[in-house]
This record gives sequence, C-alpha cells and structure tokens, in this order.
Amino acid sequence: MLRIRELTKTYMVSMGLLKGRRPLRAVNGVSLSVEKGQVLGLVGESGCGKSTIAKLILRLEEMTGGSILLDGKDLSALTRTELARRIQPVFQDPYASLNPRKSVGSIISLPLRVHKVGKAASWKKKVDEIMEIVGLVPRLKHSFPNQLSGGQRQRVAVARALIMRPEMVICDEPTSALDVSVQSQILNLLMDLRRDFGLTYLLISHNLAVVEHMASRVAVMYLGRIVEAAETRTIFERPRHPYTRALLASVLTPEPGRGLPETHLGIVYPNPIDPPPGCTFHPRCPEATEVCRRIPPEPLLENGRFVECHHPGD
Amino acid sequence: MTALLEVEGLHVDIALAAGLLKAVRDVSFSVDRGRTLALVGESGCGKSLTALAVMDLLPPRAQRRAETLRFEGLDLRKARTRRMADLRGNKIAMIFQEPMTSLNPCYTIGNQLEEALLRHRNVPRKEARDRAVFLLEKVGITAAASRLRQYPHQLSGGLRQRVMIAMGLMCGPAMIIADEPTTALDVTIQAQILSLLASLQKEFQMGLLLITHDLGIVARVADRVNVMYCGQVVESGEVAQIFDNPLHPYTQGLLGCIPVPGKTRPGEYLGSIPGVVPTPIGDLKGCAFRNRCAFLSSACEAEDLALRQISAGRAYRCLLSPETCAQNLRGRAK
Repeated sequence: MLRIRELTKTYMVSMGLLKGRRPLRAVNGVSLSVEKGQVLGLVGESGCGKSTIAKLILRLEEMTGGSILLDGKDLSALTRTELARRIQPVFQDPYASLNPRKSVGSIISLPLRVHKVGKAASWKKKVDEIMEIVGLVPRLKHSFPNQLSGGQRQRVAVARALIMRPEMVICDEPTSALDVSVQSQILNLLMDLRRDFGLTYLLISHNLAVVEHMASRVAVMYLGRIVEAAETRTIFERPRHPYTRALLASVLTPEPGRGLPETHLGIVYPNPIDPPPGCTFHPRCPEATEVCRRIPPEPLLENGRFVECHHPGD
Repeated sequence: MTALLEVEGLHVDIALAAGLLKAVRDVSFSVDRGRTLALVGESGCGKSLTALAVMDLLPPRAQRRAETLRFEGLDLRKARTRRMADLRGNKIAMIFQEPMTSLNPCYTIGNQLEEALLRHRNVPRKEARDRAVFLLEKVGITAAASRLRQYPHQLSGGLRQRVMIAMGLMCGPAMIIADEPTTALDVTIQAQILSLLASLQKEFQMGLLLITHDLGIVARVADRVNVMYCGQVVESGEVAQIFDNPLHPYTQGLLGCIPVPGKTRPGEYLGSIPGVVPTPIGDLKGCAFRNRCAFLSSACEAEDLALRQISAGRAYRCLLSPETCAQNLRGRAK
C-alpha cells in the first residue's frame, strides 16, 4: 500500500555565527513498504529519524530525495487534503496535540469541516458515532481537553484521526505519555479499530514490548537508515544485526531475579552531523572489524528479511 | 541494626480550593543500607510527593505529618531548615527525572558538581575538582576533566543523567532517592544507567529509594516493593513475591496490563483496569480502588481498610483473604 524508496531528508544545520551551515541527514536513503492491513513497527533510539519519516509521509516536511508511493501513486501528486483523507496521525503527547481552547466535539469534527463533508447537520451524528467507537461517553463532547484524563485525550486524538475513515494511521509513540493501565486500553482500542476498519498502521515506538505485541513487521532504524527489517516473530526470535540484538537485550521485562542486561554498547550516540565512516554503527558495535570502519555495508535481502551489516548473525 | 531511613504513618495534605487533597495517606517503609526499595504506581499516586516529603522539599501548600521520620537515628520531623539543608546532597542525595530541567543551564558542569562538596565539606576548590573528575570517570564519562568546563546543553541526555548521578555521589551519601531516573532516556542507555546505579550502590553500600512507574525496572533493580495507589500503599513485599504472587487486585491488574515478549501472545487483548483514579479529596471511607475493582462487595465501601500483614514484610490492603486473591490471580491467567 505504501512504498517508500530511497527516502532522504537533509536539514541544513547552522554551526554558529559565520561558520556556515552543514547538512544533517536525518533520513538517509530509507526504503520501506507497508502492506494493506499490516502493522509496521518502526523502532530505534531517539534521534534516529523515525519521527522524521512520519512527518515526511504526512508531508508535514518536504523530502529532499526519494519517493513515497501510496497505492502506486506518488504522494507529491496528491493535494494536502487528499492526503489527509487517506493518512492520519496520532501523536505521542495528547496534552500537546489537542487545542486547549476547543471543545472535544469541535476538535473531533474539525476534519469534517475542513473537508466539507456532507451537511453541517450530519456532523453531529458522525461525531457521536466515532466517540462511541473509541469509547468516549457523549457528555464529554462539551468538555475541554484540560478536563480529560490522559487516556481520554488520546481517545479524542484517535477519534479525530478516524472520523474521515482514513486507510492508514501513523501512530507516533501513541502510548508513551500514558500510564500502563491506560496504555493497555489504548493498545486494545487500536487493535480493535484495525480489525473493524481494515486500517493499516505505521507504529513508531521505542517500547519494544509494545511493538512486539502490535506489529506484524518490524523495521529497526539507526542513524537515519534501516539496519534490519523482518517479520516480528523472526526479528524477536532470531535478530541478525548486532544493534537489534542490543536493543532486544535492553528490554527490561518484569521478571525479577534476571538482573540488568549488559548491552555492550558504548554510550556515545554519534553526532549525526558528523557520522562515522564505514558502517555508522561500528563505534558502538561489539563485533566491528577493520572492514566495518572503512566500507558501509551493502543491504542484504533474503526471503523477506532485510539486514545491513558486514557480519550479520543467523 | 536499625534501618537507614524509617518512615511510619506519613501523610501529605494539600489545601486546594475544592478541599483538602490527601495526596499521601499513612505510608510506611524503611530502607536499609545497600538495599533498594521501589515505590511503584501510576502518575498521581503520591510516590514523588512521598520522596519530597522525606527530603522536606514539599511545595508550600503541602503539609506533612508523620509518626516516625528518621534518618540514621535523626528525627527529621524536628530537624530545622538549616539541619535539613546540611543533609540534602550530603547524606541524602536526590536524582531527578529530567536532567535537562534539574541542571542549571547557566553554570558549567564542573561548577554544579563542585558546589555540593564546597557547601558541605569546606574543602579547597582543587580537591572538589579532583573529586568531580574522579566521579565523572566512575560514571563512565570520557575526557572528564574537559567536561567540567562544558554546559548542560552541550551534553546528550544520557550524559546529563550520568552527571546527575555523579553530582549525587559527590559527598558520598548514605542514601539516594532516585525519582524516575531513566524515564527520559532510551532503552539502551536506561539499562546502562541502571547497571551503573546498582554497581555504585553496591560499592558504597548506599540505601536506594527508587521511584518509578516502570514495572520492568522494579523487577530488575529492587529488593523490596511498595505498590502505591491513590496515596496509599496497597501492597508491599519482596520483589519476587510481588511479581510472582501479587495479592491486591490493583497489583494483579497492573501486571496484566503490560505486554511481555515471549509471555503475552501478540495481538491478544491486554488486561486493563477500567475507570480512572479517584481524587482523594474530602471524606475517604472504604477502599480507594473499589470503583475500578472487579471483586467489589458492599463491605468495600463501609470499612476503613488497614494494611493487612500476612507475614514479616508482606502486607496488602484488601478485604479478600490471601487464598481468594491467589485464586483471582489464577482466574486472570486463564
């Protein structure tokens, strides 16, 4: 459904007065595809470019190079309203993504007004409908975001995203700001909605347990590039890239007595303005050899598994 | 041997226009040298206020009451402002969640590190600087001497949190209170910071009061756990008891909410706790969790629930018998 080819986004970063500007490659040649009805999980540390990809797909930022195809059609050929009908976001912080001065009903119905769908009279019905679907009681319609709990706010954000019945929803850390008991409610809701409306999700998260639970396929990002991608089960059972292995090892599952994991990663996340030569992961990689320091690894694709490493494990 | 920090019957009340908010109610715990106690709970359960109350750092509107509040035999209830200031950063150090907001952007790292030692120990500046370099290296920061001249914004989140830890250790405290020390960090760095904290704790035999909402961290780091809900401790015990055999319906519910790779089936419904946390204002009678509890009975409303001790160091706040609780847990698993 969504095909991303060699996507690149370069920001010009000022180095200080009179020092000129230098390029920062936030997304550096990323190719990805999301099938209809699939949930693609995108994981990586902060600053690796995963949210930039979301912004490029939503066209909140313009790409520097590459292409994004939606059902075979170039995204840049669509107008912004056409795109917004088909792809909608749910962001991390429901405290920041809802206008504090608008009532819940007005926030949820805004897409209808923007797209001028049907008559104004029909909007009320649509809002009631979607509020019931996401589990908000009707009386909240006249409330303001500050009167709602975190979970309710995130439900409002989901309702707003779904009222136009998009085909794809980009969930950028949808539960990171929520408490665990509320997180599970929102995750259950997202799973229900996917089944009922045949939605496709791009799920961006740093919580690997959440990604394992939700995603059908996982892509691991490091410093602007996808370093490994595979079916969720495959990647969790047999990770090939050393970075994926380190990420999985650092998940703290609630199992007492197991102690803290040793990830063997250095602490230093490289400066993306000045990425290391060769494989960008080599300064932190426990298995780096001479070749990793000099030559960037070639992408390797074997029966649906993608990995970019000189020494991939099995 | 007496405990390092002893807290009994701690209450924190906050006067609001809507009434008296009983933010912390009858919280008791103790922390021994070299041991870790975790206070775990969701936002608003009073875990951070408990820590602030111990340190006497509560906001002006909040009132603290306690039956016992003793650190190394010193009664903190009677300690004057000056005496408390001598303790903070000296004997008891605190590590906060947000290294960006808890470091002063206008001063260099070196300045802020040395401050505690200069304030408490009256040592020459050179000695303070040496200690700062020593500790920065200890927490795994390279080129420590040159870092002293840097400002907080020049460091990454992980490095800033390491600086915070080093700062806490400057005076060789007996006790560290860490309030969500890794929440702002990436998972890979979180594991490293926690290992670091655990090894330093062992090396210096410090007591650690760890405040977090992350059950994964609690399971891996804590020795003892207090689960908090709505200002109260609803369950306490050794870490293995809490995770393997949770008794209180809230603890059971909380553990059922988190996906665990290899345990929960992908795509399956996660457990959830319906409803919202009540605001503890006004007359509070009965169980605070009753409006969200699946095992509600009429007695839950009427009775004032005390913490039930079932063995040494193991207690919970519920009317159900331990056998019924264990049965409920098996029912959830199905």
